[in-house]
Amino acid sequence: MTDTVNIEINGITLEVPRGSMLIEAADNAGITIPRFCYHKKLSVAANCRMCLVEVEKAPKPLPACATPVTDGMKVQTRSPMALEAQKSVMEFLLINHPLDCPICDQGGECELQDIAMGFGGDVSRFAEKKRVVREKNIGPLIATDMTRCIHCTRCVRFGQEIAGIREMGATGRGEHTEIGTYVEITVDSEMSGNVIDLCPVGALTSKPYRYSGRPWENQQHNSIAPHDCVGSNIVVETRRNQVMRVLPRENESINETWLSDRDRFSYTALNSEQRLTAPMIKQGNSWRTVDWETALAYAVEGLQRAKQVGGADKLGALCSSSATTEEMYLLQKLLRGLGSPNIDHRLRQIDFADQDVEPMFPWLGQSIVDLENLDAALLIGSNVRKDQPLVAHRLRKAALKGGKIMFVNALGYEFNFPVAEQLVASPIGMVKELAAVCKALTAMNGAQVPAELAALLSNVEPHDSHLTIAKHLATADNAAVLIGTQAMGQAELSVIRALANAVAQYSNAKLGYLSPGANSTGAYLSGCLPHRGPAGEKTAPGLHAQEMLNQAMTGMVLLQVEPEFDCADPMAAVKNLQAADFVVCLNAFVTDTMKSYADVLLPVSAFTETPGTYVNVEGLWQSFPAAVKPEAESRPAWKVLRVMGNLFKLSGFDYMSSEEVRDQCHNQASSIVAAARSEWHSGVKMPQAGQQMIRIGYLPIYAVDSLTRRAAPLQNTRDAVGIALHINSATLQTTKLGNEAQGMVTQQSAKATMPIVQNESIPDHCVMVATGVAGSEQLGISYGPVELSKS
Amino acid sequence: MNSIVRYFKGLMLLELIRGLRLTGRYLFSRKVTLQYPEDKTPISNRFRGLHALRRYPNGEERCIACKLCEAVCPALAITIESEMREDGTRRTTRYDIDLTKCIFCGYCEESCPVDSIVETHVFEYHGEERGDLYMTKEKLLAVGDKYEKQIAAARKQDSAYR
Repeated sequence: MTDTVNIEINGITLEVPRGSMLIEAADNAGITIPRFCYHKKLSVAANCRMCLVEVEKAPKPLPACATPVTDGMKVQTRSPMALEAQKSVMEFLLINHPLDCPICDQGGECELQDIAMGFGGDVSRFAEKKRVVREKNIGPLIATDMTRCIHCTRCVRFGQEIAGIREMGATGRGEHTEIGTYVEITVDSEMSGNVIDLCPVGALTSKPYRYSGRPWENQQHNSIAPHDCVGSNIVVETRRNQVMRVLPRENESINETWLSDRDRFSYTALNSEQRLTAPMIKQGNSWRTVDWETALAYAVEGLQRAKQVGGADKLGALCSSSATTEEMYLLQKLLRGLGSPNIDHRLRQIDFADQDVEPMFPWLGQSIVDLENLDAALLIGSNVRKDQPLVAHRLRKAALKGGKIMFVNALGYEFNFPVAEQLVASPIGMVKELAAVCKALTAMNGAQVPAELAALLSNVEPHDSHLTIAKHLATADNAAVLIGTQAMGQAELSVIRALANAVAQYSNAKLGYLSPGANSTGAYLSGCLPHRGPAGEKTAPGLHAQEMLNQAMTGMVLLQVEPEFDCADPMAAVKNLQAADFVVCLNAFVTDTMKSYADVLLPVSAFTETPGTYVNVEGLWQSFPAAVKPEAESRPAWKVLRVMGNLFKLSGFDYMSSEEVRDQCHNQASSIVAAARSEWHSGVKMPQAGQQMIRIGYLPIYAVDSLTRRAAPLQNTRDAVGIALHINSATLQTTKLGNEAQGMVTQQSAKATMPIVQNESIPDHCVMVATGVAGSEQLGISYGPVELSKS
Repeated sequence: MNSIVRYFKGLMLLELIRGLRLTGRYLFSRKVTLQYPEDKTPISNRFRGLHALRRYPNGEERCIACKLCEAVCPALAITIESEMREDGTRRTTRYDIDLTKCIFCGYCEESCPVDSIVETHVFEYHGEERGDLYMTKEKLLAVGDKYEKQIAAARKQDSAYR
């Protein structure tokens, strides 16, 4: 038996894979068959009947989406019989469909409209009453008009098959069928926005975009999503220099046809009232709006004075891990040009002990597509479903194929796929769990371990679950150990990294990172680090992010950073920035906190307003143009940095375009070879647990950067957690808080009062107080000891 | 010979009388010249003059911001912005027609699914400044309110053919 069969569609002979459906064969050959319920990424439902075609020797028309190809099959998609069948189905579908196209947001991009034009009749014979379905509220992201629903069940199948939570379903029969949430709840999947694209009619539409425009008015601009390391391909739709909405762009090797809600709805923050619209300088205690020349001259003069006062060693720069590669490259070039190596983007990292031996850049260790084929994966410190929803989608596919996905986490997370094992322990306990897995592995394959590692493993005892994890990893042909975004902020990162390497080594698994921000990889490659330059070459180490923020520097440059939310220790960061002599803020937004420490505010363009490049976690460079003009007086950050370089009279700052910057950076970085795994290095010490309560500074999905924090629709979802003291009931009993509703959290001088939430997924002697959310700026370090008291 | 006939004809003022006969005919026939602006020519109920936005009898504006008129306008004279009003309905926040661009083709009127944008019989309007001919939503609704009777009558008269 061959793998292909020959069929004939409309007289054209095609060779198609055996077992494929007629509609796939036709789609690949560019032959149009109308359809509503069929979607290439979803299972076949065959309930809309729109794709009826005539097949030779079949007495009745057959649905192309559910008819497998057979050898010698002869199909007519446009014969009188097929057309008559399609026309009749169309008439049935329109019986209950309201004719409210003029007020329907789908109008102009509606599959029902298009297919009715192409395949429907021209007059309606239906004079009876149409049904009406009651409106449903399914959350802040998706607007519903269920009267328009034609019951294709794409959204239902999406929930079951892709999002992994059965949120929507059909109730009733026949004309009484209704699609809705089973109970009156909102749709909370982190990928729920995709049902908007899937819905062929206007039943599910985007709530933030509701009634604001028409598809034919929008211009499409290709771009790259700016919130996670996946680098999803997107289309930014604009109208009259305003971003109207964001849609996914198909890229089978990255995001398939999907997009996470964070990437889809974060554009709503672009019109935030906190946008910084003109350069401002601080004179005395008042702020004055000035023109760019004055502001830049003031900034350059201030930094030069700071350099004279404190020396180049007291100059520093911090940038967001979601800045573009060009911006990062120019920022480090500027600082190094001024003689200072103090530049960093690892704002949430606490543990820098192993930075000299860490890999050249945080690499996934494989391609994103490869994740689908993993037989076993161990994720360390990762809530992958919320951190990188599209990576979770790939891992989910692997899990459904029988892959064993396992976790070692500081919090018990919920996943939308079968999890073979999840070990939940305190941050220090996590290290012990990992060590136990490592010990189980070494015992299993009798490997020789370095003495230091052996000593580290000597006082841990593997239990059943460790043995299970070790067994799954060791027996899998295709295994991976992934260090997650949450782990990157932990105080034990270096030990976790060393042990993860050891686990990967003894189980012959790939090691990978799920790095924070959209462009951590770009930051490493462009040399936005205190210890490595642009080509990855070692330099005399400068101060890393925590060192810069734990002392008063004389001059600081902040690029798209809000230290009170973006840094590991907000309290210390803001205090020391206020003590700094001169602080230049390049930011798209302005807050009162920023005004309290900054001396110059330079408005730089937010995402969609600047061209740039993101390097995703696979190491793939993806450039994008600006979709709209910069807001008001703001300018792309790369231009601002370039002019600052000129004003400092530094050489090599005469770039004409952002592409020139990218090409130079890319050339220098091309010598860097991707490698995530590193050998065992000495100096790894087991952290010792103290008696104190430990804070777990979880970074929630909608708190990752300044854009998502200001996106109102996202902040109204259930995933947007407010500040609260999460603690398990047993631990709560050991504290003085008892049955209090509010508790006070104290970290050295930082104090904050917040509601207490009993949460059994928190390990003993730990509290979870999220970072990056409103209220967390009053606290100290995200992973560290805390004291609890009555408010 | 001819010259002699011409001489006598001239002597008898025949040409003058013939000319005066024509003058006299028009002097006593029905006049076609109208004393504009006191008098006006009758106009078709399909006349396409100044634009107006109509309301329903209960005072609610008809326009639902479907943007079909904006899409069909060959002169790109219409600009619409829309939003969800507090009561959840789809409404325009901006509905502008630039009359200096408009070519009065009537496509906007024809495309409107709710008979909201119409062209009235008003053609006597002027602007003293450029901006005066830029019709905003308020101005258009005011025109509609003022001429609603006339607009409704014209539509009724034409309804059999629409």
